[in-house]
Amino acid sequence: MKQAQFEALHQDEWRALEERLAMLEKTRAASPQAAGFAAAYRRLCQQLALAESRAYSVSLVERLQQLNLRAHQQLYRPRQHLGARLLTLVFAGFPRQVRAAWRSILLASLLFYGSLLGMGLLVYLFPDLIYSLLSPQQVAGMERMYDPDASRLGPYAGRASSDDWMMFGYYIMNNIGIAFQTFASGLLLGVGSLFFLLSNGLNIGAIAGHLLRIGYDETFLSFVIGHGAFELTAITFAGAAGLQLGGALLMPGPRSRRVALHAAAKDCVGLLAGIIGLLLIAAFIEAYWSSITRFTPGVKYAVGAALWLLVAAYFLLGGRRR
Amino acid sequence: MPATSPASLLLDTRLRVETPEGVDLLLSPAGPLPRARAFAVDLALRGALSLTALLVLGRLGDLGIGLGLILLFLLNWWYMVLFEVFNQGRSPGKQLLGLRVVHEDGTPVGWGAALLRNLLRFVDMLPLGYCCGLLASLANRRFQRLGDLAAGTMVIHQPRAPRGSPLEPVAPLAAPFALSAEEQRNLLDFDERQRQLSPARRDELAGLLAPLLGVPPAEAAVRLQRIAAGLRGGV
Repeated sequence: MKQAQFEALHQDEWRALEERLAMLEKTRAASPQAAGFAAAYRRLCQQLALAESRAYSVSLVERLQQLNLRAHQQLYRPRQHLGARLLTLVFAGFPRQVRAAWRSILLASLLFYGSLLGMGLLVYLFPDLIYSLLSPQQVAGMERMYDPDASRLGPYAGRASSDDWMMFGYYIMNNIGIAFQTFASGLLLGVGSLFFLLSNGLNIGAIAGHLLRIGYDETFLSFVIGHGAFELTAITFAGAAGLQLGGALLMPGPRSRRVALHAAAKDCVGLLAGIIGLLLIAAFIEAYWSSITRFTPGVKYAVGAALWLLVAAYFLLGGRRR
Repeated sequence: MPATSPASLLLDTRLRVETPEGVDLLLSPAGPLPRARAFAVDLALRGALSLTALLVLGRLGDLGIGLGLILLFLLNWWYMVLFEVFNQGRSPGKQLLGLRVVHEDGTPVGWGAALLRNLLRFVDMLPLGYCCGLLASLANRRFQRLGDLAAGTMVIHQPRAPRGSPLEPVAPLAAPFALSAEEQRNLLDFDERQRQLSPARRDELAGLLAPLLGVPPAEAAVRLQRIAAGLRGGV
């Protein structure tokens, strides 16, 4: 068949497909599943193959190729059942992925809690050590936050309850940003995650050791125990995910580094979504529960311990049954 | 990883990606410059949005500041992700410059890939001014920055509608001998391209075939036009 005949035969079909694509590209509401779109796409694929094998002119082949690319984009749109996917992640996927990544999580936890406890002990024994990490102004600020006489605890102590909203926003921006950085910098052969895990561990350890030494233990511990269950866990997970990226680059195994990195990153997506969830919960607890002093430290310790148990049980038992 | 190969042996950045339907998609990866321009547009837009948000929400007191901080967080980390997922791989800047994010196999990006490539942007921006990303994208055929490499994505130019100019009708003529597919393609390609050439250049190129066609070099261009019309079929 000559090119002119071929074009005349299919012209209307191509024009109809073009109109349909223009509509699909404009709105998300229009579904590519409906009424014969896949069939039209298959016919186009066949016509493109024919046009190429019959050595028709470049202008026609290119026109069909572009049409084909646009149709391919629409047909293979991601299926957006985000709600269902999130539910599966919460009830099964996330704890399973965490258990599957236990090696890197163990490593990240050892780095983080190790540096935290070590630094805490050192500062407790050698008080001046804290000034190697924090300036005197920062230390004074920390002391003000956890002063046992304050009516509210935590950053900007002394604020009224209407400020809780502000702190909620602040915690979200600050903590999730830190978690993202901890994860992303793992791409630098794992060094970035290592740095953020250690520096966070050292800082928190130093502050904890200092506050315990000057006798603010009750206010400090009762403040951090509740949201710590979620926040500290999330930071170690983010570090672990970053270490996995770095590990894929350092030890790709039988695959190329590029393929290994791609596979490792794919495994991290579920972890990342889970980390964001954990940090949202942590920000909520930190802003609305940890900071209030209406309850006795005993109540706060009990609730905090319950939350730690809840987190542990979730990751150990969640998603076991298939 | 999908099988990709350069589209032609010429100096060309286009890539062929085979689809399950057995045809090849031609993707043209976007280089650092158009992507930087798209990013600049997005940056300006985000800056303007944050500024207005802070001005408006700042008047609402602490609740407003809280909301403003959440909004800043969203603009900072989620702006690109949400646009790429909900607007078919195009942030406003990319849309303006005709760019689009796709997976390496040419399919549109979903949540996972969009989240990964944009979180890892943090590393691409290190140590300053997208240094890492620039180096990485110049080191591979798809212009992928580090985040793209990890997420398996690339940024492509959206295909532009081909500009077709009508051919002036000439009397069709059969080819003097049977042409191979490659020869036919080249002949048709020359026929479509010759209107963009200067007459002298056109005659010079066509003149190369004059001995083969058995006509004086000055008539070769018209003869080729007539043969091409014959191959294309009557209108």
